[in-house]
Amino acid sequence: MDAITVEHITKKYGGVLALNDVSFTVGKGELFGLIGPDGAGKSTLFRILTTLLLADKGKGTVAGHPIVNEYKEIRKKVGYMPGRFSLYQDLSIEENLSFFATIFGTTVEDNYDLIKDIYVQIEPFKKRLAGKLSGGMKQKLALCCALIHKPEVLFLDEPTTGVDAVSRVEFWDMLKKLKTKGIAILVSTPYMDEATLCDRIALIQNGEILKINSPQQMISNFEKPLFSINSTETYRLLNYLRVQNFTESVLPFGENLHLITNKPYEVSQIEHHLKISGFSDSTAKTIQPTVEDIFLDVSQPVN
Amino acid sequence: MNTPIAIELDKLTKRFGDFIAVDAITFKVKKGEIFGFLGANGAGKTTAIKMLIGLSKPTEGMGKVAGFNVDTEPEKIKKNIGYMSQKFSLYDDLTVVENIQFYGGIYGLSREKIKEKTTEILEELELTEVSKSLVISLPLGWKQRLAFAISMVHDPEIVFLDEPTGGVDPRVRRQFWETIYQVAEKGRTVFVTTHYMDEAEYCDRVSIMVAGKIEALDTPHNLKQQFEATSMDEVFLKLAR
Repeated sequence: MDAITVEHITKKYGGVLALNDVSFTVGKGELFGLIGPDGAGKSTLFRILTTLLLADKGKGTVAGHPIVNEYKEIRKKVGYMPGRFSLYQDLSIEENLSFFATIFGTTVEDNYDLIKDIYVQIEPFKKRLAGKLSGGMKQKLALCCALIHKPEVLFLDEPTTGVDAVSRVEFWDMLKKLKTKGIAILVSTPYMDEATLCDRIALIQNGEILKINSPQQMISNFEKPLFSINSTETYRLLNYLRVQNFTESVLPFGENLHLITNKPYEVSQIEHHLKISGFSDSTAKTIQPTVEDIFLDVSQPVN
Repeated sequence: MNTPIAIELDKLTKRFGDFIAVDAITFKVKKGEIFGFLGANGAGKTTAIKMLIGLSKPTEGMGKVAGFNVDTEPEKIKKNIGYMSQKFSLYDDLTVVENIQFYGGIYGLSREKIKEKTTEILEELELTEVSKSLVISLPLGWKQRLAFAISMVHDPEIVFLDEPTGGVDPRVRRQFWETIYQVAEKGRTVFVTTHYMDEAEYCDRVSIMVAGKIEALDTPHNLKQQFEATSMDEVFLKLAR
């Protein structure tokens, strides 16, 4: 049985289509990522699946229960970490945790083994008020509170936004461990580099799912000729490549440019062309796409 | 032949009591360079920037920004730099034109100069059609570029961008970096702080601050080689963990 099923879900706010005919499933013990920028519809989908918001159309199930008719059952069986920190700032770490345990009719001791790995990292500060914690610690506490009733399905809405690079790595390590305990996890993130840490991902933009697959499959299915080009004159080269006939798209990627050509070329052909066009120090190589390359390829231009 | 220097720091230090927030940092930033200033939360980045933009006096050491001494000439620095941050930039309830006029006024530009600048910014960013719209109604990408243009309304030599791209739409972000490249190409120095490591890769050179000290400083390419890493994210993790 799937942990989450979503079928043709659509939601409008006034005239704005927040979600347009979204469908996918998440298996038991699967780590599924919703990858997309701000305003893509990620949070709206979380609210619908956690039974806080009604969809206009479509249906879904969570932990085997239909989201509308059996919302009470779902609420007992899911853990939800909203994008905004929503614990009690004026309660301490341990008070927050025992509060959430009590609400779900359980105790911290009963389910301690599930949160232990995470909780030991913040336990030295257990008397500290939640409002006084650093970003990384708040996030760990929020995860503990979402897990304290042993949920079957975990919803994490942008858990790593605004968190520094070190804490982000630690957080993803924790998710990997939870997965092995059979918990299904739906996680959203705007960071494309986190996509490869998921079992499967859905790329989402403007309320529509652009692609669903495992990140590895998505990468190996990419068929367009893709080159990474390095030059000391990145900006001049960008403007040059943009207007060439062979260019399908060219975008800056840090110190390099990623060029997709409209037909296959050898690296030597590209390099030769650049040399005779006045970019004598430039080097090119063929590369595998990152999830970000794929997202940029299938998504719509801004404005 | 020396390249002109925009920022020069020599053992710049800030103490709060016994605590050394910024510990003798030394580096130079060339004119026209895009310089990335990185560090984890609490590394001392904000304290260092406050000294560079004339808001906080150093305890020890020397710093020159746009040719002025950070210790003795902070007011001159403020007039000769631009500053943009994600948290505070534009007034949402003023129109595009009103925002330009307001900041022009703050920097003491003449009426003619403000008029000239307004036309220039509107044309360059193709915002003429929405010049009378409230800023709140603009898409994020436009807002960012407008805030950036306005931070340079007084033609500063150096512009400081403090966590400039909060939104992480990969396209909006690239559009913004293109604007930064344009500005740097015209000879203006751009000093960027960010905690998104993939953004660091767009800079000409980056420094990484850990516990008050500059622990690494080079081009992203050389840093990745030095730390045997494939990305700046990895470089940062090796230094900060």
